[in-house]
Formats: sequence, C-alpha cells, structure tokens
Amino acid sequence: MEFASHQNAHPYMANSTAAAKKIMMDVIGIKDVEELFEQIPSDNRFPGEFHLDEPLESEVQLHRHMSDLLHRNSSCSENLNFLGAGVWQHYVPAVVDVIVSRSEFLTPVWGTSSSDQGRTQVWFEFQSQLGALLDMDFVGLPVYSYGAAAGYAIKMAARMTGRNQVLIPASLDPERRAVIQTYCGAEELNGYIDIVEVAFMPQTGQLDLNDLDKKMSNKVAAVYFENPGYLGQFESQSAEIARIARAQDAETIVGVDPLSLGAIAPPSSYGADIVVGTIQTLGVHMNAGGGVAGFIATRDEERYALQYPTLQVSVTDTVVPGERAFGLTLFSQSSYGSREHGNDWTGNGVYLWAIASSVYMALLGPTGFREIGMDILRRSHYAAKRIASIPGLTVNWPAGFFKEFVVNFDGVTVELEEIDKRLLENGIFGGKILTNDFPQLGKAALYCVTEIHTQSDIDRLVSTLERVTK
Amino acid sequence: MTSKLRNYHAAVWDEPIIMEMGAINRRGFIPPIAEPGIASSTIDERNLVPNSLRREDRLELPELSEFEVLRHYEHLAQQTLGMMGISLFGTCTMKYNPRVNERLAMSPYMSEIHPYQNEATLQGIFEIYSRLDHILQELSGMEKFTFQPGGGAGAAYTHMCMTRAYHASRGELSQRDEIITTLLSHPSNPATAAAAGFKVITLPLEEDGYPSVDALRGAVSSRTAALIMNNPDDIGIYNPHVKEWVDIVHEAGGLCFYDHANFNGVMTRIRAADLGFDACMFMLHKTFGSPKSGSGGPAVGAYGCSEKLRPFLPGPLVEKNENGEFTLFDSEPLSIGRVREFWGNAPVVMRAYSWARAMGSQRIREAADLSVLANNYMEKRLLQIPGISKGFPALTKYRLEMTRYSLGQLTDDTGVSAIDIQNRLTDFGIDAFWLSHEPWFIPEPFTPEAGELWSLEDLDYWIDALAFVCNEAYSNPEIVKTSPHNQVIHRMKGVGLDDPRVWATTWRSYKKKNKEISHAELQ
Repeated sequence: MEFASHQNAHPYMANSTAAAKKIMMDVIGIKDVEELFEQIPSDNRFPGEFHLDEPLESEVQLHRHMSDLLHRNSSCSENLNFLGAGVWQHYVPAVVDVIVSRSEFLTPVWGTSSSDQGRTQVWFEFQSQLGALLDMDFVGLPVYSYGAAAGYAIKMAARMTGRNQVLIPASLDPERRAVIQTYCGAEELNGYIDIVEVAFMPQTGQLDLNDLDKKMSNKVAAVYFENPGYLGQFESQSAEIARIARAQDAETIVGVDPLSLGAIAPPSSYGADIVVGTIQTLGVHMNAGGGVAGFIATRDEERYALQYPTLQVSVTDTVVPGERAFGLTLFSQSSYGSREHGNDWTGNGVYLWAIASSVYMALLGPTGFREIGMDILRRSHYAAKRIASIPGLTVNWPAGFFKEFVVNFDGVTVELEEIDKRLLENGIFGGKILTNDFPQLGKAALYCVTEIHTQSDIDRLVSTLERVTK
Repeated sequence: MTSKLRNYHAAVWDEPIIMEMGAINRRGFIPPIAEPGIASSTIDERNLVPNSLRREDRLELPELSEFEVLRHYEHLAQQTLGMMGISLFGTCTMKYNPRVNERLAMSPYMSEIHPYQNEATLQGIFEIYSRLDHILQELSGMEKFTFQPGGGAGAAYTHMCMTRAYHASRGELSQRDEIITTLLSHPSNPATAAAAGFKVITLPLEEDGYPSVDALRGAVSSRTAALIMNNPDDIGIYNPHVKEWVDIVHEAGGLCFYDHANFNGVMTRIRAADLGFDACMFMLHKTFGSPKSGSGGPAVGAYGCSEKLRPFLPGPLVEKNENGEFTLFDSEPLSIGRVREFWGNAPVVMRAYSWARAMGSQRIREAADLSVLANNYMEKRLLQIPGISKGFPALTKYRLEMTRYSLGQLTDDTGVSAIDIQNRLTDFGIDAFWLSHEPWFIPEPFTPEAGELWSLEDLDYWIDALAFVCNEAYSNPEIVKTSPHNQVIHRMKGVGLDDPRVWATTWRSYKKKNKEISHAELQ
C-alpha cells in the first residue's frame, strides 16, 4: 500500500491511520489512492523529488526549533523601543489576548447569522464603538491596513465625484503613500487617479495652505490629510482645509489614530467626509508590522454608503418579533456579490483585529480614552522637551504633536546610523531615520513615545543619547 | 453506519449589545498615571492640544469593569458555533490550526517586534521567511515569494499590479488591457482585475466542466494582459488542457497566473511553474494551517513568481547577503512598490512555516491524498440521499478535494432550499456548509470539503445528519424551512438590510433611525 512509509498517524490528521484509509478506499472501490487522481494528465505531474527538511512531527521538537528561531530576534519587550512610523507599540491588555485566542473566533469561517451570532455581534459592536470615537454613523469592517483604507477612500471619492486627482501632503508616510499609489492605478488604464503633493511648512510641519490653494481645482476628487500626520504633528488648520476642499466640491478624507480621540476632536467636527485610519493602536500587537489594520467611516448617507468596497454588518430582525440579529448590509455592491461590477475589491481582511479593537474599546470606555490620550501627550512632550535639552539636538516642532516628533541631529557630528548602533548596544531602539525620505529635514529621526514608556525609560534614553551623540 | 444525532443546543445568553451595558464611571482599564517628574515638568496641560482640535464632549462608549468586559466577549464566543462542531466549508479548506503556533505567536519575540528594528535583531523572523520561501518554491517551482499580500484577494490584486508593471515596462500596457478568467474563478479575481483598471473577459463553462480551448483561443488577442485561473475549480474538476491554455496565452503575449486556492487536493502532484505559469498564489491561512479568524484574517496570500516577473515584486524582500546574514532588499527599480505596508502578516508566515515543518513533504502528500479520498468517500454516500445530485453528473471521473452538489431536486420536490438545509444542520452542531460563490449556475448548490482534518466518524455524522434533514424535508418540510430551532437566535429575516432608512452599521445610527421610523410601515 502506498501509505506504507508512514506507520504512525499524524496528530493533525485523524484519518492518517491504515484502517481509516482502508474503509474509505473500500467504499469508493479502489485499490490504490492514485486512481483518484485520474483527472490529472501524466504530463502535468511533477515527477521529481522534493527537497524539504525532515519533518518535526513531535511538538516537543517543533516547539524547540521554532523557539530557537524566534529567539534569534530581539524584541521591544526586552529592549526600549522608540520606533513608530506606521506601526506603534502600545500596551495590549491581557483580556484582549484572551478573547482573540478563543477558538470560536480564531479558527472558523463565516457561519450563519443564527449559528455564529456572537461573532457577528462583536463585528457590529466594533463598528458601533469606532463610530462613537469618530462621531460617524456608518463604519465598515476593517481593511488590510491604514494605507489600504486611504487608497479605498480616495477611490470612493473618485467614483463619487467623477474626478481623477487627489491632493496629499508631502509629509505623508512613504510606506503608506506607496500603498495609496498602488491603489490609484496606472495612467494607461481605467480608473487612474493622479496623486498631487501639497507642500508642508518647514516651520510647523503643517500643510502649506498657499500651495493647497494653488493645486486645488475642480479636477480634485479629494483632499487627503492626517491627524496626527506622519511626522507627528496635528493639523490645526483642518477646518480650513476642509473648507477649501468643499468650495470645489471635493471630498475631505482624514486619516486618524483613533487612540487619540479621547483627547482630540474627531475629524467630523472639522468637516471630514470620509475618515480612515489604523486600528492597530486599539489592542493589536505590532507583529513585526503584521499588526497593521485599517478602517473606513463616513456619515450614514447613501452617497457614501453605496461606495463602500467593504463588507459591514447591520442590526436587523429575525422571524421572531423583537429578536435582534446582525446581517451583512449592501453585500451585493461588494466584489463577493458582484465580481468585477462591485465597488473595488474585497477579500480576507483583518477581522480578528475588529474583535481585538472592540474588546480594547470596551475596556477603556470614555474615561480610559480621555486619560490614555492625555497620558501619551504628557509623556511624549516630556520626552521631546528633555531630548531638546541635549546639546546639539533639537526638536523640529516642539508642540502640537501626539506621540511622535522629529528630532534633529544637525548639531552633532556623529552619523545617525552610528547613533542608532550605539543606542542598540545600550538596549535602545532609536527612532526611525528620516534622512532618505525627507532630506529637507536634515539629519532627523522620528521618535515615538507612548503610555508604555515610564519616566525612567525616557530619562534613560536621554542620558544615553547625551553620551552617544558626543 | 447511522450515527446517533446529538441532542445539541447552542448557548443562549441573550447577550445585550455592549453599547447598552455598564454603568457610569465604571472602569475596565486604567492607563498609567504620570510619575511626579512627568506631571511637574510638562508644558502647560492646556497647550498639549491645539485649541481647534480639543475634544470636549464625553465619548458615548459604555463603561464596564474588566470582568464584565471579559464575560461579555466570552458569552459572545459561546454564542458562536465557530468550528466547534464539524465545518466542511468548501473552498476554504478547514484545517487544524496547531495551538503550538498560537503560543509562539503570542511570544514577545513574535508579537512585540517592530519592522524597522535593526536587521541584526530580526534574523530569526527573516530566517523563517527565507525557509518558508524555500518550501513554497519547492512546492510550486517558482523563483521567489512575497508574503506582503494580506489574503488571497490581496495576492490576486498583487498579480494585477505585477501585470500592469510588466506590460508597462515593455511599453504595451495601453494596448494590453484585458484579463481573461473563468466563470468559476473566485470573485476577487475579476474584481481585482477591474479595480486595477483592466477589462474582464469571463469564459463560460462548457460540457466538460471548464471552458473549452476554443473559447480561450477566441478570447486571446494582442489586448490580452493576463490569464488568471484556478485548477481544480470549486466543483472539483481539473482542466487537463491547462498546459495548452498557458501556451495560448503566452503566444498572445499575456501572463499566466495560477490561483492555487484549491491546492489542497493536488499538493506535491503538480507544480505551477512546471505547467508554465508565470506566477501563483498560496493561501497560508488555508492550505498551510494558519487560522482564518472568522474568515476575516489576518491572512497571507503568498505570491510567487518566475525569474521573468521577479523584478516587479513588491518590496521589501528578505534576501541573504554575502556575509550569510538576512537583509531586507528594497531597491528594485521595476518593483510595483507596496500592496500593503511592511512585509506581511509575519505571525501567519511563522505559523505556516511551522505547519510545513510539522508535516514534511510526505505528510503534505498524505494530506492531499486524504482530502481527495475523503471527498470521494463522501460522494459515494451523499449521492445515495434522495434529492441530492452532483454538479455535472455526466462527468464521472473522480473529483479532487471538493465536489459541488445540488439540492435542486429536493427543492423541486419539497420547497426546501439549500439555505434551509444549511440552517437546519446547525441544529445538530454542524457548522454552516458553503453554498457557492456568485454566480450560482448549479441550482441550490452546496460544496462540502472534507480535507484531511476530519475523522471518519465526523464525516459520517455530517452525512447522517444531512440524510436526516433531507428526509425531514420530504416528511416535515416546515421544520426545515423554519430552522434553526436550537441556535442562538432564529432565522434572520433581514427586512430592509439594503434600505437606507433601515440599515444601521453603528449603534448611534440604529438609535437615530428607530426614532424616525417604525418597522410596521416597512412591512
């Protein structure tokens, strides 16, 4: 029998026993399992050998092998990390990890609205809680990332307005920008959207409104900006930007970090039409960047709702009066429902992180969000102030930021790479070096400080920076 | 062989929506309290936020204790059947997701890693990337994989972007604006093509269960940018002319992409590159043992390509440098840039590598054998149930890891639909089966996929329960039509789900709309 090489059953495969195979083959009426592959022509078959490592069927050995590999990493747990720039280190409460590890949420597929009611309810709760944070009435299920959310939203605006230009800040995260670029298509093909940069002011890090005025026209589908922006700064001219966009009937799309929204006004309050952002900051580990996750939210108006590419759930009814259910709304406009005729495309997203974020938002509540927003502001400003006191170092924009700020090293002779290397020797991951992406900022790095950093962590960074920049 | 059907009932907590719960000033989490040094030295609190952006209103979020939050979501977990029964959800290859990988994923050496860390501190995860890349290269014959796409649809989209870049590099993109696919490709294939700016040509199925070579010949032209197809398709039929297909498209100057969503039944038997494909995609959250998370991800559509397309891959890619250290390589001038930020769902890549190591090549082949064996075993028994037939019944060769069946006869006889049967089965602790992607060309379809996970007893229970329910459809159709009866809630009615006066994706919207309208006027 062709299975003879395996005497043992494998723990992942119940039917990998000789007896089970025999029963199935007898019922089918075959002598050799190879008969079942009669559809595949012989010249389609791979005749060679595979060169894979020997299997580790024992969990003991597998765990050892995997642990040995992972321990070749150094983590932000045993080091002091000041990297942000698109994925940020925040504390993930234990309850979040417990809930996202539940088998019922972790391993299954869709189910039905009756049998998998609990998970569908959590999705609705996620949308509802995010809606409360954002002051927005219509929220979709999460998308792959912040950049994907921005890309989708820009395409929504292009479809709504029939225009093909988007204005973005020149200070945008190059990583996020590259994703947006991919979503905006190719000039030779349908649906192409031209990305036009608007300069930022070197004195404030905020958008240059003169440049915005110059580039604004009736070709512009949307103006996109962020609060806080990639370089950390809040855009205090937000309402003015939205007004300028509206004057040309363009949509205003704002990217946010929802973790800031207990302390910071939501984009709806200054005229945003579509809000996008990350949910990684709401209870998702960084996961080497795999923690990224995005969302799209708008007012509950048909003009917007009918453009969503996402799936989303709505409260609805059952056959029993008064009983509540949750079901997909506007399914038929998704690519699942209408293939190439649907809005854009959707697929497997990051819905487990909707559950993580829902638990996180439930734990924090209004007071928690207010406090954590203020706490991050206090710690980051404390850090910026202390760093700015180091000889040769300055902070570009010492006020008006959330958790990230640009540190300038022009006043010291040591190179940034060398500084980072020395910090690493002291167990510190320094901020993201900006020189390649933003040469106009000089020798600069983006530092990120959150609620996880204690005063002594920050003091240790400062004293180490003092030493290694000499 | 008739199993005793379980006396099952789902947990019913009648759990409120979290927005309705809690009490004022209750706390579930306390952020850190500023140390005296921070509190005293900070700039004026009032200047921390620009005036124009200060938030004064109190968030309308519920206030609960930590335990209440835990219990609420645990109740909701219990109100989720969630593969705790038997899930033969076709097209999704329900596998065991080894919990050792969950433990590893929770380790700070995986979860608390930042993608911009110094590369010397990332050698472990880079090595895992490199090792899985090697395994997938072996299984497909491709030259290089990227793990950046966040799912199967993300990989299809990646291919559309690669196709754009490839033809643009040859100055042919404005001429080559058509993507060819088949009626049975996943909806995301035509959708990503259209989203990327291409026109879509969908080939219909013919009597053999797949489009004919002539149909393909009729569709290709100097405008063909690429072919995107899966094989076998979702009904378990393998297109034996696949090599000829690839040749036809190549002769016309197009690229060929193999959507390996249905890889499970053919693992180790065929290799995409050997069939001539330029690129292929594996779903790590499906075929390689990583969890599906309620079918929502995080996931990875691992996208692999030939040497010809390699310069167009999104960056950054893990490579080995001359010192034998792993490094991120991101300076390919022809690269499509990014399809998602950073380098992919690293924990999913880690789980997939771990799964592949736990299996090895012979066990991977055994898994393919078992999934095809189980599917054909099921077919023998399922076709004995009155009212059930299989799609393309004239095609008698053994199907691969899936077969699409039809309940059309049963519906004609009894008025009971496939959705009714799906719901009724959940009354016996069986997870909803998969019906069919759009379009439904087989009446009242359902598509079980046994895979290698489920035991013979599980498969028999599933079949016996289905036989019982089909019998009910003939003897007592009302009980099936009004099902489920043992579930968390009754059948969704869904009145007004697509009506702007009714739909509510947030609690605030729901409250507003329920002030404005009464449900009575919508009936």
